[in-house]
Parts: sequence; structure tokens; C-alpha cells
Amino acid sequence: MVFDERLSLVAGMLQRFTWERTETSPTSLRVELGGRITIDDAAALWKRISETLAHVEGLQQVEVELSQIQLIDGACMALLVQFRTDLRGRKVLCEFAGGSQEVRRIVDLYGGRRKTGHARAKRRPVSAIAQVGAATLNVLGETKQMLDFLGRLIASTLHVLRHPKSLNLRDVGLTIERAGADAAPIVLLINFLMGFVMAYQSAAQLKQFGASIYVADLVGVSMTRELGPLMMAIIICGRSGAAFAAELGTMKVSEEVDALRTLGFQPLPFLVIPRMVGLVLLAPILVLMADAIGILGGALVASLTLDITPASFLIQLQSAVKATDIVSGIIKGTVFCAAIALISCQQGLATTGGAEGVGRRTTSAVVGILFTLILLDALFTVLLGVFGL
Amino acid sequence: MSKPMVTVRELSMGYGKTTLLRDASFEIERGDIFIILGGSGCGKSTLLRHLIGLETPISGEINIAGIGTPRLEGAAPRFGVMFQSGALFSSMTVGENVAFALQEWTHLPVEAVSAIVRAKLALVGLEGSEGKLPSELSGGMRKRAAIARAMAFEPNLIFLDEPSAGLDPVSAVELDELILALNRNLGLTVVMVTHELESIFKVGKHCIMLDRETRSIIARGDPQRLRSESEDPRVRRFFNRETSVPQWQ
Repeated sequence: MVFDERLSLVAGMLQRFTWERTETSPTSLRVELGGRITIDDAAALWKRISETLAHVEGLQQVEVELSQIQLIDGACMALLVQFRTDLRGRKVLCEFAGGSQEVRRIVDLYGGRRKTGHARAKRRPVSAIAQVGAATLNVLGETKQMLDFLGRLIASTLHVLRHPKSLNLRDVGLTIERAGADAAPIVLLINFLMGFVMAYQSAAQLKQFGASIYVADLVGVSMTRELGPLMMAIIICGRSGAAFAAELGTMKVSEEVDALRTLGFQPLPFLVIPRMVGLVLLAPILVLMADAIGILGGALVASLTLDITPASFLIQLQSAVKATDIVSGIIKGTVFCAAIALISCQQGLATTGGAEGVGRRTTSAVVGILFTLILLDALFTVLLGVFGL
Repeated sequence: MSKPMVTVRELSMGYGKTTLLRDASFEIERGDIFIILGGSGCGKSTLLRHLIGLETPISGEINIAGIGTPRLEGAAPRFGVMFQSGALFSSMTVGENVAFALQEWTHLPVEAVSAIVRAKLALVGLEGSEGKLPSELSGGMRKRAAIARAMAFEPNLIFLDEPSAGLDPVSAVELDELILALNRNLGLTVVMVTHELESIFKVGKHCIMLDRETRSIIARGDPQRLRSESEDPRVRRFFNRETSVPQWQ
């Protein structure tokens, strides 16, 4: 079949079968179909059906004569059955008549002989207000679930604190290895580049005012207070947050979480708290690594483009960066990591609906974490400002 | 006469706003192989989840072995459960799966736990599979490993959710033989959800049939007798495999 012909078929412009309309009376219509009607002809057939359905006013009966059909496939038979169902939905009697044995078999297979058809339920459009309402209720429901999860997690944490032996240490170690040791190279690289780029961008501006030495202040304070913990958290979110949500989600849909409960284990102390403890323990180390490597990137740029020696950079850095900057960054990073563990595990354990549900919850976890990180960062900035830190 | 192993009184259950079963009452005797059957979507697996304490009923009472409504977490398992997919922990080997609860709830030395694991795996015909991951097992082997895990704590009651679903005929028969052997030789009470007729007639001693339309138990008793004696068209249709879809030529 040449390309032009196929294009015409798909567009319903080329018709290879016959469709003859005869008005037998003012209220009766006879449609006689003939030829070979296959999936390639479906577009043209549907076009004919739609044209007929658009002009049924005054009709009481439609007879579809199938005798001249040489061959019809399932897809086109389904369209004819739908045509009959739609006509019946408009109080127009419709019957199939005639047809070879092969055609009658297809008619039977697709329910063409059934006297009653199920009219398609009309999908009512949802108004914008209803959609906003549904979305609001959804957000409220998710918030309620998160608060419920947080409450249960606090109760479980208290239980683990009272009975430290109940902590699943195996998963704590695994989390530190996978989310910490395995993530260290990417945390180092990203933060080195952050310090490098920040120093490079600011170097030209500072040079104009003869304030090149202040590149150490800029890089040092930015990395320790803001970018070190934030970039570390974004990387942990992408690596471990998504992994936690997907892992727990898969366990939930494959009934492993239920199996765990039937063996006497509580999912929160056994699955969630170890991941949270692991992330919280490794956060200060990763933040310090991020700070140090970012400052190193800045020092490299200062040395190469601003002729600031590493010793001068270090002396200026000592006067610019206070212990509170470093400590506040560590606290920030630790809270970020706790939020990552909380949201990703909550989303993972809320998974329903198979593989699609796992994907949906993993996406929700990553988006929710990123939003929460920015929100917490803003909150920290305001709080530290209020206390003059 | 000994007390029933499971007593259910006026149980109503469902999810969300949907009620699947209303005011259902039944008892399961010790040593029974009790089958919960019915068509798709009638709430068989949901009833099983309520019996094992994974779901909370709308109303009614479930009493397992005289200890009341099962409380799952924070204590050694009182009964075994095999889920439809097996639900073996995919990150652990088969041996670790079977040993998992033993290590947590007993203070047995590693060698003793290993000996129990080997014995349980041999019981279900999986000798030498301790080191394999669940992904390395066939569907039938995974289900047998799940039974070994469920049997690890020597329960006298085991719940099985569609054990032969998705298995080839030979594996399904082997699993039925295993269930019969466990019941006969250990006196194990088995509660099983299935709609596989071969399994029902081969292993079932008693059954209840749930109905989606009336949300109730529409038949109870010996499956063989129900098949031959029940006057209820819904029961006859189920056992005689009559369909309501059009007969294709």
C-alpha cells in the first residue's frame, strides 16, 4: 500500500467498502454495507457512522444489512455494535440483518446479537471549581496522612529509645553505606564545582572595586551557611530519597510489609527509623565535606584568577567564617536529612496500585522533599536572622 | 469438644465506603482445612486480611485460638501466613527469610536457627535452597519457601492466600499434597482462600462461599456435598463452572 493511500485511509478520506443509505420510509433507514472492511477502513467506517448519528432526528428504525460484506474484522464489528448501542440510546431501534456464516460469527463474538446494549455512560465534565476542591481535599488528606505518620514515628522513636536493642542496626549500617559512603564522590564533585563557579562569577565583580580578597568571605559564608547543606540535601534527595520511596513502595505492593507485620515486626521501627537514623548520622559528615570542598574550589579560582595565595585566602576565611556559620549549616543539613527520610518513607509506605503506584509515589516523594527543603531553608534563614546568628 | 480455632461473630467488613461482607458468622475447628471461596471481587482475600489482623473490621468480633482479635506487631507470630505472591523479602536469601522471625523472637544460637531452617526447607521440599535469593526460585518454589517461613514458629494455624494461583498444574498439585501432609501429620489447621476447584475438592474439609451481590455467606459446609446437594443456583454455577458471558461459537 503506497503512503498516500494509507494516509487517506487513516484520515477516513478513502473508502474501500460500500455504505449505501436507503430511506425506506420517513422514519426508517436501511444501511447496506459491502466489501472488505478491516482495521484500515475503521476511520472511514467511523466517519460514516458519525455522519449517520448526527442526522437521526425523526428516525425510529435503522436496519444494518450485512449480506454484501465479504469480510469484516473485530475492530470494525465493534464500531458497528457501538453504532447500534448509540442508536438505541437515542430510542432508535437498530438491528443487524443478513451476513455470511463468517460474518455472523464475528457478530456473535462481539455481542451483536444481544438484544440489549450498554449505552456509554456520558462523562460529565468536571468544573474548574470542582477540580480545585478535589485538589484541596487531596492536599488536606496528604497532610493528614503525613501528620499521622509523624505521630506514629515519634511514638516508635520513643519506643526505640526505651529499648535500644529493638533498633534494626543492619539497616542503619546499610543506609550509612549507601546514602553516605556511596554518595560522597558526587557530593564532593558538585560542591567543588559550586565553590568554583561562585568564586569565578564574583571574581570579576570584586576585582572592579579592588575587593578581590573578599571572595574568601563570599565563598566561605555561602558554602557553610547555605550551599553546603542545601546541595548535599538535594543530592541525598535524588539518590536516597527516591530510593527509599521506591524500595518501601515495592515492598508495600508486593505484600512484604504485610508479611513483616505477620512475623511480629512493626514497619516503622524496623524500616523507617533505621533509615532516618542512618541519614541523620551521616548528615554532619557530608555537610563538613561539602563545605570544605566548596571552599577549596573557591580558593583554587582565587589563586588562579585573582592572584590570592592560599595562605591569604585562609587568613581571610578565618576572619569571615564563624563557628556559628558552620554549626548552623550542620544543623540545617541534619534537619534536611531527617525531612528526606520522613517524606520518602511516608510516601513509600503509602504506596498502592502496583508498579504505577510506586512510580507515582517516588515522584511525589522527590517533589515533596525539594519543596520542603526550600521551605525549611527559608525558615532557617528567618530564624537565624531573628536570633542574630 | 475443644474450642474452635477461629470464631467469627457478626463480622462486617469493607474498605472506604464499600461494604464487602455484612454480619458474617462462622467457626473453624481445630485440624480443619477451611476454604473461603467465591468469585472474583467478593472479598475473600479481604476477609483473610481481617482474620489475620491486617485490617480492622467495621463491626463484629474475630477470635483466634481463644486469644481474641489478633494483635500482630511486637510479639512472636502466633500463626503462619502465606501471601498470594509469597511475599518473601527480596533482599534476603531463602534461608534468611525462614530464619528472620526465629532470630528476632528466640535467643537460639545461629547453629540452632540454621538447623531449624534446613529442616523447614526440607519439609517443603526445598533442601539446599538456603543460599538462593527469591528471584532465583520458580513461582511454586517461592510459595513453598513462603510456607516454610510461615511454619518457622511451629504454628498450629496457617493462613494461605490463593496458594495455587499462577502455578502450573504439577506445582499446584504438589502444593495441595504439601498442605494435606501438613494437616494430616502435624494436625495443622489450614485456612485457605482459593477459587481453584481442583484444590477445593482435593484438600477442603469445610468451606464458606461469599457472594458479591448479597455481601453475605451464601453457602457453608463440605465442598463435595455442596456441589452435589446445593439448590442455590449461585453455588451450582460456581461448582459447575457455568458462565454468564455469551457462549461463543
